[in-house]
Amino acid sequence: MIEFVLDSRSKVNTYMQLVQQVKQALRVGLLTPGDQLPKVRDVAQSLAINPNTVLKAYRELEIEGLVGGRPGVGTFVQRTLAGASLPNQAELRDDLVAWLHRAQTAGLTAEDVIALVETTLRATLTDDAPQKEPA
Amino acid sequence: MSPTRGRGMDMVLETDRLGKRYGSTWALRECSLHLPAGRIAALVGPNGAGKSTLLHLAVGLLKPDAGTVRVFGRSPYDDTEGLADIGFVAQDTPLYRDFTAAELVIAGGKLNRRWDAALARQRLAQLGIPPDKPVGKLSGGQRAQVALALALAKQPRLLLLDEPVASLDPLARREFLQSLMGSVAESGTTVLLSSHLLADLERVCDYLIVLSAAQVQLTGAVDDLVAEHRQLVGPRHDGGAIGGVAAVVRASHTDRQSTLLVRTDGPITDPAWTIREVSLEDVVLAYLADGTTQTSHSEWGVPA
Repeated sequence: MIEFVLDSRSKVNTYMQLVQQVKQALRVGLLTPGDQLPKVRDVAQSLAINPNTVLKAYRELEIEGLVGGRPGVGTFVQRTLAGASLPNQAELRDDLVAWLHRAQTAGLTAEDVIALVETTLRATLTDDAPQKEPA
Repeated sequence: MSPTRGRGMDMVLETDRLGKRYGSTWALRECSLHLPAGRIAALVGPNGAGKSTLLHLAVGLLKPDAGTVRVFGRSPYDDTEGLADIGFVAQDTPLYRDFTAAELVIAGGKLNRRWDAALARQRLAQLGIPPDKPVGKLSGGQRAQVALALALAKQPRLLLLDEPVASLDPLARREFLQSLMGSVAESGTTVLLSSHLLADLERVCDYLIVLSAAQVQLTGAVDDLVAEHRQLVGPRHDGGAIGGVAAVVRASHTDRQSTLLVRTDGPITDPAWTIREVSLEDVVLAYLADGTTQTSHSEWGVPA
């Protein structure tokens, strides 16, 4: 079970924040098919928000085919957003950590690294243009 | 359309040119509005705007001097049968202060036709309210929770709350709204709560009624209201028509620039205007300020 958190300074409206949190959880594998989402009543109560807002978020996820409601039981995850890449991520992360240590030794600050990653990412992805990330 | 727990567009509360007068002063005037089932509505306005008067008319404590008010299709004044469907918590949660919470639960059972004492006890136990202490000795937050639990024990289809959180500290306010949202999620009760504090209500309410100077300034579903208003910033505006703008709600000007809060009826394409989306608070403040911006420079003897 996940727990929703609201960012009161965010300009993103409440229902969309709930949608995004579920998708994020699906992406990182925190939620997998069969898992139950928190009950509408519990979310409304713990966040002190309108239950209609929670229903709206769950309905949006339902329309996208990510979750399904079982009347009187609850809302359950039907599909995952974690790509096939998830198992490969650990190895890539180790490579990245090693690379970051090299960058640090070479005198790059965190901002330098981010700038380098962003420009390289843009350049590289433009080169391989039609390649699309799986949804 | 936002989803609601109610059955479509059934109207719970409807008023038509409703008015109430105290002496020669109208506390509420030409008030026409409707509240669909399943909504949690905020009744917003400054002190003295007529919020309490409207709630008292809806619960039948006051008799209209003009127009009509209907709750579930019935006129609430002098209608004890219809009253069973309405829960009402008046301002400052007046309870019999010498009674304990447990005694109030019993008393409620004797005074009401429909009464879920078990539900009230369970809720009060969950909140850690002592059953054997006179409610006059409880904290303001606890007393508000007792009043809410009693109102919900009636299992009302419409719950009216007059300034339920105004006198509570921030923690008690949050706890009150938490229990209210949790209970309403379960029961599907339509709620109308008044407040002069908007910040608390933004996440709680999906329907809005703005009262000011005894009149309805704005009413509708929150999502729709936010979607149809925009702020425009551009060169000084002389008051001419702008494509896509149905009405200018509020305008402020410098010698060369105008800032407008507008209600739209289509896309605004004039490139002279920078268009910004607005929050619920922006919209409400614009309507409240409308008509009351005539400051009294001359009365104070200072230049405008």
